[in-house]
Amino acid sequence: MFFVCRSFIIFNIELKIINRETTLLDIRYRGGSSISLHCLQLHLLSRMISNTATCDGSLTSSDFHMAANAFADKWKKFNSDFPEWLWIDCSNRLGFAAHGVSDGYLSVQKVFFQTSLKEEHGECSSNDCEEPFDDATLSSGDDGHWYDFHLVYSSSYRVPVLYFHAYSSDGQPLNKDEIEKSLSTESVNVLKESKWTFITQEEHPYLNRPWYTLHPCGTSEWMKLLLAGENRTTENRMEQYLISWFSVVGQVFGMRLPHEMLKSAC
Amino acid sequence: MEKEAQQFVWEGAIPLQVHLHDSEVTTLPPPSPALILAPRIGYLPLLCPQLKPFFSEALPPGVDTIWFEYKGLPLKWYIPIGVLFDLLCAEPERPWNLTVHFRGYPGHILIPCDGEDGVKWSYINSLKEAAYIIHGSSKNVMNMSHPDQVELWRSVMSGKLDTYNLISSKLKLGIIGDEFSGKLNPSPLKGQHSANDTEATAALKASRIPVRLYLWTVNEDFDDLEEAPHFDSWDQISYINRPVEFKTEGKYFTLLDAVKSILPELYPGSSNTMNTESKNEQKVEAEKESYPVIKLLRIQGIEPKMEIPFSWVVNNLMNPDYFLHICLYIKVPKPIGT
Repeated sequence: MFFVCRSFIIFNIELKIINRETTLLDIRYRGGSSISLHCLQLHLLSRMISNTATCDGSLTSSDFHMAANAFADKWKKFNSDFPEWLWIDCSNRLGFAAHGVSDGYLSVQKVFFQTSLKEEHGECSSNDCEEPFDDATLSSGDDGHWYDFHLVYSSSYRVPVLYFHAYSSDGQPLNKDEIEKSLSTESVNVLKESKWTFITQEEHPYLNRPWYTLHPCGTSEWMKLLLAGENRTTENRMEQYLISWFSVVGQVFGMRLPHEMLKSAC
Repeated sequence: MEKEAQQFVWEGAIPLQVHLHDSEVTTLPPPSPALILAPRIGYLPLLCPQLKPFFSEALPPGVDTIWFEYKGLPLKWYIPIGVLFDLLCAEPERPWNLTVHFRGYPGHILIPCDGEDGVKWSYINSLKEAAYIIHGSSKNVMNMSHPDQVELWRSVMSGKLDTYNLISSKLKLGIIGDEFSGKLNPSPLKGQHSANDTEATAALKASRIPVRLYLWTVNEDFDDLEEAPHFDSWDQISYINRPVEFKTEGKYFTLLDAVKSILPELYPGSSNTMNTESKNEQKVEAEKESYPVIKLLRIQGIEPKMEIPFSWVVNNLMNPDYFLHICLYIKVPKPIGT
């Protein structure tokens, strides 16, 4: 096939109203239904956005910086046993100071995924989402992979983009096949049917090197859905933005945000 | 909108003299270099069908993965050839001497490329990104019919501008309706926008322009481009996508206005900058000497005057992916970090 969205990862989306203000999105990888993360075609839930779409699902670069700080703070508070997200300042990357905006990205390094636990993990029912990171631990066994994640702002798509680099314990970078193998069993099954999609290799905008990434072209659409129906101030919405966003993309790697993080955003 | 220069861009080509890397030569005498005309709007891996037969006899056994280098710098295949040339040859070198490799792909520097399909994928991705910038959605590109996609890609590969214009007009990506260009140039030609006035008005409002900047900052001064130091690592070049917000505000929007909006740090004291209010004029004056200056701005091989309407620049000099690729050399007076 010619086109960019050569195939789709399939999700079930379940919007679960936890209380009046918080919407928890539980996305599960499944073989049967209709949503792609790569280039999301969200058909559902149009009723929910039609009346409350006050946000177009995008954010500005200064919003991104703010949201990134909020995200890193909350993460540190509720995931203290997990590596910290750090803001990497690149304001001077052009050789002269950037103007008025803080140019940079959010980074977390050396996240360990134990491959052997992947098998037991499988799907996440909406009930066990309160136990975060049961498969992403800091143990130093050999049967796993290390990931660096960068959250980078795309000024074209006006959304955050996840870039990642995966390597084995001896520092060797993983290729795409190995990465797919290290994803959850269900993700792998879907990827088998749709080769070469979903995860692509692109140039890291700050590092000038090939990194893996999840393509951002559909992000604003599903973010619009995620943020819809929330009566927040703009500031709160921006704080919530990355948390909501990560609650979706993190699941690709079996990372789920703690309940408190989602709740506390309101 | 007049697009008379677009034809020249599409016909533009760089004469290449391509040498097979010594380590891959297994014959004596070594093969002579290949002379080939490479379209400005083309991509290096697309030259493979011509270069491969030329060098195949000299190659050692193994699997071919083509890549190019210039003076030791592996060339990013997803950057159009014309842009690479403008960026890496401060003083144009003709023919441009490149080295081709068929082995040992530097995967840690370059994104893998699976031949023509990979280039096509990259092109469409870029087109999609441009569409998103212009419309806030990539749908027009994603919903193209399959025959149109094939035809569009073929027109880019073969440099057929008429076909390209015909198909790409369906994407409704006509970027700028600039009323001032009409006044400057009283030609009755209104282009495809006139077909749908609502569409044109909408485009005028949207007015985010896809721009890719290739920025090279140098510390030492040079008067002659021949003396410009050459690159040995991509780390010396910043590659930025920053859409230009197109504003008219009573006067026509120039290339200078566009550069100011992308890089306000180059124009201290300009009304476009965001944090000038706290600075007094004296300070600005004093700081001016320490500000970076543009040594060279090059688009499609030319150094356009900064006063020309940006709409003309975009409509005529953009690449087929709807991005305007701008190469900039910037001189920073003080060493970085001080």
